Parts: sequence; structure tokens; C-alpha cells
Amino acid sequence: MGTYNLLWSIAKRNVTTVLLGITISDRCVNIISVTGESMHPTFTAADRVLQGDFVLAERRCLEKYEFSHGDVILFKCPSNHKELFVKRLIALPGEWVQLPGSPKVTKIPEGHCWVEGDNAARSLDSRSFGPIPLGLVQGRVTHIIWPPSKIGQVERKMPEGRISQI
Amino acid sequence: MSGFFRRLAGIPWRSIAGDAFSRALLVAQAYCAVHVVDQHLCSLAFVRGPSMLPAINLAGDVLAVDRVSARLGRVENGDVVLMISPEDPRKVVAKRVLGMEGDSVTYLVDPGNSDASKTVVVPQGHVWVQGDNIYASKDSRQFGAVPYGLITGKIFCRVSSVISFASLSF
Repeated sequence: MGTYNLLWSIAKRNVTTVLLGITISDRCVNIISVTGESMHPTFTAADRVLQGDFVLAERRCLEKYEFSHGDVILFKCPSNHKELFVKRLIALPGEWVQLPGSPKVTKIPEGHCWVEGDNAARSLDSRSFGPIPLGLVQGRVTHIIWPPSKIGQVERKMPEGRISQI
Repeated sequence: MSGFFRRLAGIPWRSIAGDAFSRALLVAQAYCAVHVVDQHLCSLAFVRGPSMLPAINLAGDVLAVDRVSARLGRVENGDVVLMISPEDPRKVVAKRVLGMEGDSVTYLVDPGNSDASKTVVVPQGHVWVQGDNIYASKDSRQFGAVPYGLITGKIFCRVSSVISFASLSF
């Protein structure tokens, strides 16, 4: 009798914690481990999952979908919905982007955005798969929380002369 | 004056604070449970508009949405899905899936005015969606195949129909 009650109360407490954790990670903040070198030197990845940088991604921005140039965002890969990418937002809907190394300019359609990695040589981004719908965005990366030497806010940086409003 | 402070000290602050805290915790737990069920298991959606006639009424229907199948990738041709509009991320639209990745889809470019049709292959990770009412629907024929990641749920049941209340009064 005593054991049954103890197990039931432990189960109740764990279920509450799990529900609270899921709600917080859906509505407020999420902790992501960065793998891949496409955002070097902003984020450093490593060979194994738990050795890379850990970053904080906030989800409040998904209520209004208002982003600024240079934000680092987390989004689902357009060709594989199970993978998450971290890249920098370069252009918003209605702007014109010039692809590097070619005279062609592309207009970003309504509801889409152009993303690029900081490490241009090793980054699979909008230069390959084109502008992505804003509905794929899953959060905005605001802080690095691990390793301790890199703890701090993630800055908004924009490469010069890539976009134009007209 | 001192009588006032004595009465103030007599109020059981600790037990009131304890009660308030446990009730607030109960409200928070209920909110979390509702949020998790609504976003990850099953939800209700009120859908209206002409693009899915005759399946979904113009005035609106309440539909039951299954969130688990969409997340597990179990959406197939012929399913009606709820997805974030690729033209405005704040809008959620209901359309029918007519092509999965790799499928070849043939569609009428301008059904009201001509018989011209086009065939397109759906890229990897994308789906082709169309409204049942092709004369009044903005779908993949205009904005192309959409990434599977935009799908938020699969509609499996109609819970109520707004139009059935209106017809009784006539």
C-alpha cells in the first residue's frame, strides 16, 4: 500500500514536470546544441553532439513573425522536415538579394526570407535552396550558454551591400 | 494603532500564501496539459472559406485535427491538412495533399478560362496541395510545392457544421 502511493506520487510529479518542460520549450525558450560548421566563427561545432556550443533560442518571436536583418534563426530544413538548421537572416519579404558572383538579383516573395551561414564556404543555405517560407522558422537564437568562455549575446551582423529595398 | 498591527499579525499569512501557491500551481498545470494536448496530440480548428467546397462549408466548420501523424510523417495523398500559409506565416490554411515528394502532378493552370495543363515533379521534402474547389483556391498552382515542415496537422473528422443550424430556421 505504501509503495503504491509512493510510485503514484512520483509518477504524478514527473508527468507535471514533463508537461511544464514541453510548454516552456514550445512557448518561451529552447536550448539547442549546434552541430555543423556553417556558422563558424559565431558558433563552433565539434565532432560529437555534446561537445559543440549550446545556444538559447527564444520562441516568443513566433507570435508576430517580426524579424530583423542579421538575426540568427532556427528553422526546419525545406527538404527534410526532421532536420533543424541555424543560419543568419539576410533579407526579408519584398527585398532584392544579389547572389554572390553573379549579376542576377532575386526578389524575396511574400512570406519568405533569405538565410545564409556565416561560414560561406561550408554552408548549405538559401544560395542552394532559395528563399524559405517564414512558417518554417522555429526560433531566434539570442545567447550562447556553453562553453563558459563564449557565454554572451549573439550579435546581429549584416554583410555589406547584399540587399536592396527597391 | 497597536490594535491594528495586532490584528495584522493575527492573520494566518503563511497558510494563505500556501493556499494561493498551490492553486496557482494547479492552474499552471492545467494550462500546460491543455497546451500539450492541443499542440502535440489532437486539436479543434474552425475553418472557413470557399477553397475546399464541398468538403468544408463556406460559412465554416469545426474540424478535428490530428497532430501526431503530421509530425511522424504519415501524411499521404488525399489527406486534408492544416498548414501554415507560405505567403503569410500568421495564417493557417486547410488544403488537400495531391502529391508527395517524387510524384508527378498534372494540373489545370487556369480552369475557368482554358484547358491548358502543366505537369511538375514534386521536389524532395515537399508536398503539392490544392483546394477541392479549384476555381476559388490559392494553392500550389500559384505558390508551388510547399515544404512538408509547414504542415501542422491532418484533419480527420468534422465535429460540427455551422450551416446545419441555419437551415433549421427556414
